[in-house]
Amino acid sequence: MANVPPIPKRIASIKFGLISPKEIRKMSATPIITADTYDDDGFPIDMGLMDTKLGVIDPGLRCKTCSGRAGECPGHFGHIELVAPVIHVGFNKVIRKLLRATCKKCSRLLLEPAQKQQFLDQLSVIEGIGHMPDDLINEVYKEASKVKNCPYCNEEQLEIKFEKPTEYLENGEKLTPTEIRDRFENIPDEDIRVVGMDPKNARPEWMILTALPVPPVTVRPSITLESGQRSEDDLTHKLVDIIRINQRFQENREAGAPQLIIEDLWELLQYHVTTFFDNSVSGIPPARHRSGRPLKTLSQRLKGKEGRFRGSLSGKRVNFSARTVISPGPNLSINEVGVPIPIAQILTVPVTVTTRNIEQLKVYVRNGEDIHPGANYVFRSDGRRIKVTNMNKEDLAEKLEHGWIVERQLKDGDTVLFNRQPSLHKMSIMAHSVKVLPNKTFRLNPAVCPPYNADFDGDEMNMHALQTEESRAEAKILMQVQENILSPRFGGPIIGGVHDHISGLFLLTRYEKHISSYDAYDLLRKSHVRALPEHAGIDENGNPYWTGKQIFSQILPEDLNLEFSAQVCSHCDTCKKEECPNDAYVVIRNGKLLMGTIDEAAIGAFKGKIQDRIIKEIGPDAGALFVDEMTKLSIRAIMRTGLSFGIADEDIPKEAKIQINEVLTEAEDAVQNLIKSYKNKELDPLPGRTLDETIEMSIMQKLGKARDKTGGIADIHMGLETPAVIMARSGARGSILNLTQMAACVGQQAVRGERIRRGYAGRTLSHFQKGDLGSDAHGFVKASYKSGLSPTEYFFHAIGGREGLVDTAVRTSQSGYLQRRLVNALQDLEVQYDLTVRDTRGVLVQFKYGEDGIDPTKSVFSKPDTIHRIVSSVLNKEVA
Amino acid sequence: MTKFSLLDHESVPKHEIMSESELKSVLSKYSIEKEQLPKIKVQDAVCKEIGAAVGDVVKITRKSQTAGEADYYRLVIE
Repeated sequence: MANVPPIPKRIASIKFGLISPKEIRKMSATPIITADTYDDDGFPIDMGLMDTKLGVIDPGLRCKTCSGRAGECPGHFGHIELVAPVIHVGFNKVIRKLLRATCKKCSRLLLEPAQKQQFLDQLSVIEGIGHMPDDLINEVYKEASKVKNCPYCNEEQLEIKFEKPTEYLENGEKLTPTEIRDRFENIPDEDIRVVGMDPKNARPEWMILTALPVPPVTVRPSITLESGQRSEDDLTHKLVDIIRINQRFQENREAGAPQLIIEDLWELLQYHVTTFFDNSVSGIPPARHRSGRPLKTLSQRLKGKEGRFRGSLSGKRVNFSARTVISPGPNLSINEVGVPIPIAQILTVPVTVTTRNIEQLKVYVRNGEDIHPGANYVFRSDGRRIKVTNMNKEDLAEKLEHGWIVERQLKDGDTVLFNRQPSLHKMSIMAHSVKVLPNKTFRLNPAVCPPYNADFDGDEMNMHALQTEESRAEAKILMQVQENILSPRFGGPIIGGVHDHISGLFLLTRYEKHISSYDAYDLLRKSHVRALPEHAGIDENGNPYWTGKQIFSQILPEDLNLEFSAQVCSHCDTCKKEECPNDAYVVIRNGKLLMGTIDEAAIGAFKGKIQDRIIKEIGPDAGALFVDEMTKLSIRAIMRTGLSFGIADEDIPKEAKIQINEVLTEAEDAVQNLIKSYKNKELDPLPGRTLDETIEMSIMQKLGKARDKTGGIADIHMGLETPAVIMARSGARGSILNLTQMAACVGQQAVRGERIRRGYAGRTLSHFQKGDLGSDAHGFVKASYKSGLSPTEYFFHAIGGREGLVDTAVRTSQSGYLQRRLVNALQDLEVQYDLTVRDTRGVLVQFKYGEDGIDPTKSVFSKPDTIHRIVSSVLNKEVA
Repeated sequence: MTKFSLLDHESVPKHEIMSESELKSVLSKYSIEKEQLPKIKVQDAVCKEIGAAVGDVVKITRKSQTAGEADYYRLVIE
């Protein structure tokens, strides 16, 4: 059987239905009658739960059904003859609906023949277009259960009540499974079709079990503990229970036991069969193991995150992978990942021995498993795997010949996949090339943190070593970091400078700095630049100097032309462009930064216009080179000046404090005035708002403006040279609002966008008058974080802060689930060569991808400027 | 109550029933069967408005953020 080549077959269709008792018996290898498993010698008992007719799991034994050994025999079903029928829990819903929709006497569907025909017609139409008929069938059930008297035998229909988990009451009297089964048996085939069932494949009475299939032993293998004791699978335990009760039931019935005992046993049998299928049915206590742990029965094996579908089929554990903490590697390329030696020594890549590589591979094998670029395993041409040890490494290296495969350890330049969960977009898994480094963390260039959404506060990441040449090629072409700098989400760069990169280049390129040749070479020494351009001037000592803009220009590609407003741009009404007083208009001509300051808008992740242009005009290689050199240059630059942040950065002069206080008092007075006019009923409500809403809105607005104003004051007095301001303005970290809150005024605390109103009756805290609408009674924090909050302010701040925490916690779980649903719904859609978007059935979803058929990473968001640029670059001169 | 057309609302795009020949050219353009088109129900307010019947194909001309104007075709079903 093992050597028969597989016959290629195409699955034409799959049919789902109910399994009939007849079929259960037909496919059964043996009936199971004893609850015992093994005899005293440890051999499976015939017609017991471990009968070798059900397949074998112990090595050495042969299956009595197919004579296969353990591993060859797929296992075979057996069956248990139930003494009395029981309900299958999974079909409770259908059973209930069907009981209500059929006559209690003649079992016919409670609808007029014409109505039945009408439903049948509609069903065939729905099936014709391939839709789900669920809604229509529910309609059938609804209509039929409304009928009071049977249209065929005029029998009055009684109310059927369903009681969890498996009881049906008709006018308060219990219906036994036998009775239900009798009713279902009598439903004519035509009526079954009306409720959407196919009588050939699914007779309703099959939902009541008379025989129970016993899954093969291969499905419920027992394990032998170290002590030699056997431990049975949960399913086996459950089956033992079922057989025991079944036997007792039979004995009692044959002995003519009283009805009460019979009923009790029947219920017990029902309980065991129910929990065998699903041990989490509400309304019954879950069946437990002796230790008190709930049993894992059939439905538990399939359901949920760790179930068969999500846990074993959609996702599983893999080999050739590694996981550890990440930390920054500022000197690595964005395409690289630093791999700790201990990991590189465990992960391997298979290499076939050829004439070209045999000498190199011999070196690896000779190195063995302990010396780094070594080899862990060798496969001979006959497929035998040999572990490379210190004992046999010399020997193996000698014997190495063409056609063998060496599993060599990971070394520099190998392509691997690198991933951080949650993998929310395609940039969460990218291909890096390995750089083996000492110590125990993965290292990555900080510029690739944004696509992974990683930081270094303890994040861990996974790495997968690719095993075939094809996979490595595919990964390198499609998944390498440099191919993913531009995000298809918004067509811009997702990889770029962060934090220090931005402030570093900001400090370097700002003003006309004088940089000596020594410093200039130092700044550029990690780049490909080996010569400086013409110096910018001679300083008072007669030494030539260069400007920061010149230094930065050295890492720009030669033919780059670009003009844009920097992040520091204050958005004046009319842009003075080249004459910008803040040096916020960036002009790059022929790879020279002529004016403007480099900041987030130029090189930042998500925003950097320079990466964007380089990749779109020159290519990913140049883009990756630029990001590499930019990160290195910026770190050199920030090390020259240094940038540190301290509490003194929030200091503002006394005058500023007085001004801020004035603004706040003014605002408070304005609020009091508003309240007064509100109380005097002089206030006009805003359109579409009540008076109460109007006063709240105007107060919020007044106070919001006041806070902004205080921020403005603080901003002016802090100047542009404070590190905090430099970071906020350049976009490196923090915002002006953060600075305002630290230095000037924290502002209004809000819950659900409203001022704080909760607390005691009519007031927020007992420190205030009832009905006080004033600013301080409803969470306006006048103080700054630096000056410190008053007790009431502190309390309001905690209220607002708590809402923020709850919000993020709720949002992440909700958006995670939304994402899962979206991904499940959209995962099979595909852009075809004709640019249509279709699903797997070929049904169109979009007639042109994105309605314009354009890949956002290739588009330049056509602006008039684009045409100018193209024309002038073609004509090689400026065009008006 | 004054009667008004649904199509007059600014957020309702232009809907029109396609002629047999138009439909044919669209189907051949994408080399598909009618059933592979996206669907719209007859009960849909717009279908009632333009009097589309089951089996008709409705051409929708939408404003598009990316392409200015985009055509869409939907098969009317029950």
